[in-house]
Amino acid sequence: MKILVGIKRVIDFNVRVRVKPDGSGVDLDGAKMSINPFDEIALEEALRLREAGKASEVIVISIGPNACQQQLRTGLAMGADRAIQVDTEEKLQPLAAARVFLALVEKEQPGLVIVGKQAIDDDNSQTGQMLAALWNRPQATFASEVVLEDQVARVTREVDAGLETIEIDLPAVITTDLRLNEPRFVKLPDIMKAKRKPLEVIPLADLAITNDNKLTIDHYAPPASREKGIMVDSAEALVAELKNRGLL
Amino acid sequence: MNKILIISEHNGSELSNSTAKCVSCAIETGGSVHILVLAADAADIAAQAAALNGVDEVISINHPNYSHAMAATLAPEIAAVGADYSHVYGPSSTYGRDLMPRVAALLGVNQVADIMTVKGSRSFQRPVYAGNAIIDVSVAEEMTVVATIRLASWAAASGGNNATISSRETTAEMPTHSRFIDLKTEGGDLPDLQSAKRVISGGRGLGSEENFKIIYALASKLGAGVGASRAAVDAGYVPNDMQVGQTGKIISPDLYMAFGISGAIQHITGIKDAGTIVAINKDAEAPIFEVADIGLVGDLFTVIPEIEAAI
Ligand SMILES: Cc1cc2nc3c(=O)[nH]c(=O)nc-3n(C[C@H](O)[C@H](O)[C@H](O)COP(=O)(O)OP(=O)(O)OC[C@H]3O[C@@H](n4cnc5c(N)ncnc54)[C@H](O)[C@@H]3O)c2cc1C
Ligand SMILES: Nc1ncnc2c1ncn2[C@@H]1O[C@H](COP(=O)(O)O)[C@@H](O)[C@H]1O
Repeated sequence: MKILVGIKRVIDFNVRVRVKPDGSGVDLDGAKMSINPFDEIALEEALRLREAGKASEVIVISIGPNACQQQLRTGLAMGADRAIQVDTEEKLQPLAAARVFLALVEKEQPGLVIVGKQAIDDDNSQTGQMLAALWNRPQATFASEVVLEDQVARVTREVDAGLETIEIDLPAVITTDLRLNEPRFVKLPDIMKAKRKPLEVIPLADLAITNDNKLTIDHYAPPASREKGIMVDSAEALVAELKNRGLL
Repeated sequence: MNKILIISEHNGSELSNSTAKCVSCAIETGGSVHILVLAADAADIAAQAAALNGVDEVISINHPNYSHAMAATLAPEIAAVGADYSHVYGPSSTYGRDLMPRVAALLGVNQVADIMTVKGSRSFQRPVYAGNAIIDVSVAEEMTVVATIRLASWAAASGGNNATISSRETTAEMPTHSRFIDLKTEGGDLPDLQSAKRVISGGRGLGSEENFKIIYALASKLGAGVGASRAAVDAGYVPNDMQVGQTGKIISPDLYMAFGISGAIQHITGIKDAGTIVAINKDAEAPIFEVADIGLVGDLFTVIPEIEAAI
């Protein structure tokens, strides 16, 4: 069984993001770029399934410009068998991204597709669910545990009320939450080895997907800032201040 | 005119407060407002939905397969009903975030996630980059607006209404490939984080599950909900449903008190809408003090008993 894993190149989660003064976007100039943290977890899960003998091949996929190859190489160094870059300069919205994944699903016939529960740039949290809908297959979102048996996955999901467990028939789409696993560190020799692993580049146009019904995004603004607070020097002063403000 | 369909959230018997928040957003959007209730036994829930002010009609559909909310089961019916509407709204809870993109894909559109403000009937504001930027998003005339509503941004619509309720049969095909097994809730009797007026949170600074008891004790004294940082959840001090932040719950209590939480951006994202943020941390340089309205540098293990004594 093959597993496809989505790897989105995003600004590193540690970088403080600032909106450009002209409102045209956020300032990414020289910012550290990384694999979306949820995607690293997705890849780790796929690798563990392969190491447990439940999968035969792990393929990492990134949709974006050539720069994405950096994140794909990291994915290969972590242990993925091969990589596919769907080459486009345009930032695809989730519906188009899901259509790209569907085209690759049709080509590769995987038993599982694992993507992050959300990309931490646009915080959309849609691509996995949309792929499952277009593919007409099950989805298990926000996974914190995955158990695979034969053609069935038992997935525990992090939901508002607690932990929900569902059972889904394969093939299926799983989206990862943070507690699913802790991704491994990449070792230097693996980085060397990764250079020789196959990385296929497919121009977006070759997949002939429709890229319609886009949302128009026309302005970025910084969030409303909160007023500067005060410091108090004792618990008594804190309680007095809270009572003063009518909060206690 | 706009026709807005709200997908209700419920637990099988009670309508969630999140639906009332969606109604507020729908009223702001403007148009007729309908609520769709899909349940194993929808009658009671539909009645609760019909009581919300601003609602024109409630559509209820009963089916045994709706006894557990599974996106793959619900989405085809919602897409079938939603095809007659200009807008389809759901809450930005884990329920809505799981379900609504599946509905959007069946309707062939992108989804607007986490609506904070309505600027026009097809243009909205939403947060990106963990709330570090707010974008304007607009949806072209020919597209259905499928959206989730950011719960911390909207007040619940009031009750007292008596909208018409109509029952329908399911029309869409239902898959058998997804099955509910169980749901473990651990929160107990604590007030719900997303509607609590006061929330007391603990972080890694608590040091253990045992020590977290002092947070629960203070919370119960104040009638507050209990939250936590991701580090506290990962360390096993508290269950996952207490996590506040970018990947946990986004909350908007009147009072938020953070004990032993450093104030990582991903945590702050979850509390920006709180009325007053109080931070207690032994490190005067902790970033949480940059957003706190009232800060106190000190050891939480001595401060908490002192607070209890002072109230
Ligand atoms: C993609 C992604 C998503 C994330 N989502 C979330 C999220 O939703 N929510 C979230 O919270 N985090 C999230 N995180 C994690 C986040 O980056 C931080 O790691 C986390 O919030 C830190 O938790 P903390 O403040 O409890 O721990 P720490 O950063 O370790 O801080 C502990 C604090 O306790 C103080 N302290 C220690 N002992 C005492 C004492 N006795 N008295 C007083 N103070 C004391 C210390 O001075 C320190 O400031 C996410 C991370 C990533 C990468
Ligand atoms: N451009 C992309 N390249 C690779 N994977 C992507 C891309 N966009 C989305 N994904 C996958 O879909 C997940 C959810 O993304 P989103 O719906 O944008 O929040 C991400 O965590 C990735 O795994």
